[in-house]
Amino acid sequence: MANALVQGILLGGVFAMAALGLSIAFGVLRVVNLAHGEIMTVGAYLAALSLAQFGVNVWVSLVLVVPALGFVGYWVQRTMLQRALRISELAPLLVTFGIAIIIPNVLIELFTTNKKAIPTGDLAVRSITVVEGVSIGVLPLLTMVVAVLLIAATQLYLARTRTGRYMRAAADDSETLRLMGVDHRRVYALAMGIAFGIAALAGVFFGMRQGGVTPFDGQLAVLFAFEAVIIGGLGSLWGTLAGGVVLGVAQTLAGVVSPELPLLVGNLVFLAVLMFRPTGIVRSKVAV
Amino acid sequence: MSDLVPGAVRVDRYRRRMIITQVVGAAVIVLLAFAPYVFVPAVTSAWIKLFYLITLATVWNLLAGYAGMVSVGQQAYIGLGAYGLFVFNDLGVNPYASALIASVAIGVIAFALSFVAFRLRGGYFAIGTWVIAEAVRQIVIRFDSLGAGRGRGISDYTADPVLRNLFTYWLALGILAGTLIVTLFLLRSRMGIALQSIRDNEVAARALGIDVGRTKRIVFVLAGIGAGLAGSVICLQAIGVASPSQIFSVSYSAFMIFMVLIGGIGTIEGPIIGAIIYYVMDLYFSQMGLWYLAVLGVLAILATLFLPRGIWGALTSRFNISVFPIGHRVVAVPGAGEGRAARRAAQSSMATAE
Repeated sequence: MANALVQGILLGGVFAMAALGLSIAFGVLRVVNLAHGEIMTVGAYLAALSLAQFGVNVWVSLVLVVPALGFVGYWVQRTMLQRALRISELAPLLVTFGIAIIIPNVLIELFTTNKKAIPTGDLAVRSITVVEGVSIGVLPLLTMVVAVLLIAATQLYLARTRTGRYMRAAADDSETLRLMGVDHRRVYALAMGIAFGIAALAGVFFGMRQGGVTPFDGQLAVLFAFEAVIIGGLGSLWGTLAGGVVLGVAQTLAGVVSPELPLLVGNLVFLAVLMFRPTGIVRSKVAV
Repeated sequence: MSDLVPGAVRVDRYRRRMIITQVVGAAVIVLLAFAPYVFVPAVTSAWIKLFYLITLATVWNLLAGYAGMVSVGQQAYIGLGAYGLFVFNDLGVNPYASALIASVAIGVIAFALSFVAFRLRGGYFAIGTWVIAEAVRQIVIRFDSLGAGRGRGISDYTADPVLRNLFTYWLALGILAGTLIVTLFLLRSRMGIALQSIRDNEVAARALGIDVGRTKRIVFVLAGIGAGLAGSVICLQAIGVASPSQIFSVSYSAFMIFMVLIGGIGTIEGPIIGAIIYYVMDLYFSQMGLWYLAVLGVLAILATLFLPRGIWGALTSRFNISVFPIGHRVVAVPGAGEGRAARRAAQSSMATAE
């Protein structure tokens, strides 16, 4: 039981990481990226491919994959979403859903439905025994540490840097930002680039955790990320961490009861939070 | 048009066009009802698919095009329609009546779920409905009597395949006709005007005293019922459900969105055109496998960005045509005398109040 609790908390790390990208995109652009999970999957595939094709270590591949998808995100925003934002409130949503339909089907055609392995050496199996019966996997721990660092870094970036301030300004009032002589489209695109980059990173960690990646993972991942955002409370970055942890613990504890239950219980916890505490479990202080 | 002085104008609801629409529509429905006596079952069986596609597109459009709720979770009700049919069929009701009874139950479920879904707005509403659909699927497959995760067939079904096809055809046609009639009269009603104003500007609609929440909830329930009925037809045609993940697949939402966007969101005619286009594409390109789905996604994105009002929207902006008249226009009353003008004014104000 205690072991399950610890594993659940650590599982929350990967959910929080996934949720962070979604949260940034929504916070700055008010766009819910329905393709967020698919971007994670693409990230994981790129990591797996660079491993298989060029034999680079998964950590080295991150140096390539994250900026690559960040670049893609920047241009998806500039070429498609920026146009959609002008059309109507619903248009960006429909565009991202279109992307979410394209990616898994193309991935299946290119790589079949088989799991593509992301080997991590012995990292996935190594663990530290804390006390009797409670052992912490090195990979989940590392994921959690990265998630916490990432959230802290994003928070600092938004609070302290000039572009971070532009992003918050764009979220509040892009018209006024334009009057100040800042191209809001570039700010938006940059935010989307960061969101895609973080999604790719989260996707690789998600893939490593699962031992590989399949074209269907994106669908699961986007729902997990979204649930973590809502459970934590909209607009709070640390809330996404709390939301991820709650979701992770709920799923892991349910898994102890029956291996068929984790997803259902996770969803029910989410729906219960939505029903009885729609503002989320963490009060947001800094609006992103 | 002459001078627009009060009394010399009246509000026209396109009554003449509406009468033509009703007469022609009724004739088309009757003709289609007799189609099984003319065509072989293979043809009518293919039409069943077209009918449920139009039904699905129409109700999704009602949700997204009029009430501003983009849902990617309508597969929840499609799946419930199929599984609801099993439930009532197992209780001894014939499968066609089961479909109708199930739709009532689905309406109740959709009403309950609206309280959860309406906690979210915009994009998060969309993804929230997706989670609800997943949760519904995960609950349904907990029941062993419903085939658990494996899917199942309809146990008490019409034995003769020709009669089976005939009854399913009529049911699908009836559901389609019902959906279109309800949609048309709903949009011509007072609530339809409210819906169109919500579509155009929700805040302004609220300021005019429209109960936005209630209106949206009614549409949400109607859309759930429509999707549920379509799901029952899908199940009847396939003599069961091959697998729960198929009937609860998010692809259905993708198809609905594609049909509505291509045809023209926020019109009655658009989804019908979109459904026909999708049906024809499916006929010829579905052997392309999954590339075909990817192409649908690309086309949906292109339609959103470059043809935001769809094919029908592009047509109506060029020509003043409408098959289903739901609008209002102000027309001058030619040679209106004092007495007649007053009478007309009273009449027209009554017409708007209706």
